[in-house]
Amino acid sequence: MALADSRARGASRAATQPNSQSAWLQNVNPAAVLVGVVVLIMPAIASGFVLTQIFGWTYMLGTIALSLMFLAGYGGMVSLAQMTIAGFAGYVVAILGVNGVPGGIGWPWWLAVPAALILAMVVGAAIGALAVRTVGIYTIMITLAIAAAFFYFANQNYAIFNGHTGINAVPTPVFLGVDWHDAIPSYYLELGVAFLCWLAVSYVARAPFGLALQGIRDNPRRMAALGFNVNAHRIAAYVFAAVIAALGGILLVWSYGEIAPGTVSVSAAIDILVIAVVGGIGNPIGAFIGALIYAVLKTFALDVLVAFGLDGNRFRLLIGLGFLAIVFFSPDGIIGLWARWRNRARRGSPRAQSTGGGHG
Amino acid sequence: MDSVAQRLSTVGSANALELRGVTRLFGALAALVDVSLTVRPGERRAVLGSNGAGKTTLFNCITGDFPPSSGTIRFFGEDVTFFPPYERIRRGLRRTYQISALFPGLSVIDNVYLAVRGVSRGRYSFIRPRRNDTLVNAAESLIQAVHLTPIKDRLVAELAYGQQRQLEIALALAGAPRFILFDEPAAGLSPTERAELVDILSSLPAHIGYIIIEHDMDVALRVVERVTMMHNGRIFKEGSPQEIEADPEVQELYLGGGHG
Repeated sequence: MALADSRARGASRAATQPNSQSAWLQNVNPAAVLVGVVVLIMPAIASGFVLTQIFGWTYMLGTIALSLMFLAGYGGMVSLAQMTIAGFAGYVVAILGVNGVPGGIGWPWWLAVPAALILAMVVGAAIGALAVRTVGIYTIMITLAIAAAFFYFANQNYAIFNGHTGINAVPTPVFLGVDWHDAIPSYYLELGVAFLCWLAVSYVARAPFGLALQGIRDNPRRMAALGFNVNAHRIAAYVFAAVIAALGGILLVWSYGEIAPGTVSVSAAIDILVIAVVGGIGNPIGAFIGALIYAVLKTFALDVLVAFGLDGNRFRLLIGLGFLAIVFFSPDGIIGLWARWRNRARRGSPRAQSTGGGHG
Repeated sequence: MDSVAQRLSTVGSANALELRGVTRLFGALAALVDVSLTVRPGERRAVLGSNGAGKTTLFNCITGDFPPSSGTIRFFGEDVTFFPPYERIRRGLRRTYQISALFPGLSVIDNVYLAVRGVSRGRYSFIRPRRNDTLVNAAESLIQAVHLTPIKDRLVAELAYGQQRQLEIALALAGAPRFILFDEPAAGLSPTERAELVDILSSLPAHIGYIIIEHDMDVALRVVERVTMMHNGRIFKEGSPQEIEADPEVQELYLGGGHG
């Protein structure tokens, strides 16, 4: 499987090296600082539409795609059920919290959110327990089946999920004196959650848990012969990824004010895979790069297509062609293209050459 | 989990390894037939035999990579026949692989660190190791022991073959091993590297026993006290290296066959 094989490289290089303060400062990439400044001052330069439609989407879908990146890049497990877990957590927040469906439960957000996270972890563990018994394409198949099953269940179950209509009129909470539904607060909320998730994944990748996951990806049998319970470790990875996906799903509900089965459809599940792969499954930031490209295409491709006299609903065609081009020319996504370009720029340094080479 | 007291009580009395009537079938093929084997704690043993004699299958049954079709395996007195591999490893069993089984995408130090972590607590830890972490230090001294310190930050994929074989041994020495299975550790090594291997094996602490599968008689017979000969999945002879070398049946079957 090319997807499962385009692995996260080099993340562990510094794992067991002492990280002193000065070394940490040296590792700060100027490009990362620039991106950080730009996203922080974005509300001052961009319209509310761009903040919500482009960047809000990028952060939320990027977070969900990040959970897939963690499983696929570090664990070698391509799960199509990450959007399902995100949507499930969104449903839990909507159902347990205040909503427009008569006879609601009406929990405050600070009860509904932890409940959603805990239930998402349980569901993540259950999906993981099923999926870890399979490898490669069979993991994709079983998680795809779970995604499809949950979509049809939510679509047809009126008692809990309110069927095709879904749960609407879900208010975004107001806390710390801020209405988080306003464009600028919601921008910073989504940015903050996305940043914390990115930080968590980057950190855990070099902690024993993440390092062992990469070992399991490279050679599960040897990891068992080193004392690791391989399946339990993989299930734990699904639980960790479920928390991240759930955070993205909760933000989606707050951003939309509603959740319907369309959010957890099979095509939405595949979109998450496309986002993660286009961005690059080898690096946590790839999920957000992929999500940005997706959000831009989804928002503007329609106008561009109409301008060329084509059906605006064909924006998926553009996304599909882009996906094809990326997978064909750079199996490790935009991040891989970037890494190769940088290596070429400083050819001659043996260290630089080694980082780009996928073995696999 | 067995308690420390339980472990201590079994160390003195029991055999390191005790196989009774172990048989392993792959479909109609009997890879191991009624193998019984006893190895004392600290004993060093060679298993010899031609290709297909069942040597690696024997290792796989002992570590639990494949459970035996019948028979029992006791490790320091404890019946581990149906334990998963990781439970046996946590009890002090180690192995190396005939074809290097390493983590090519990770650095040398991270490979050894995983081995050290695997037999200690905190396998699921979300906290990165700090400077002077005990386990990182343990990993570094293992790398020192197999002479890989200068390249400890290199990716394993970039290592030369002989270095990968040495790393393979470092992984097996992690933690507190009580018994190690070496599967052809000298295969493909240069004469110099073979000499280094013999040094490493001879300098292991006396309480660590091992079984070594080795085609190279110069290596095998210099580092063991007893030899077990296998043929077609069965054990057919056991003795000291001198007895085995002098045995006419062995010479005809194995030593005369152009090996070594």
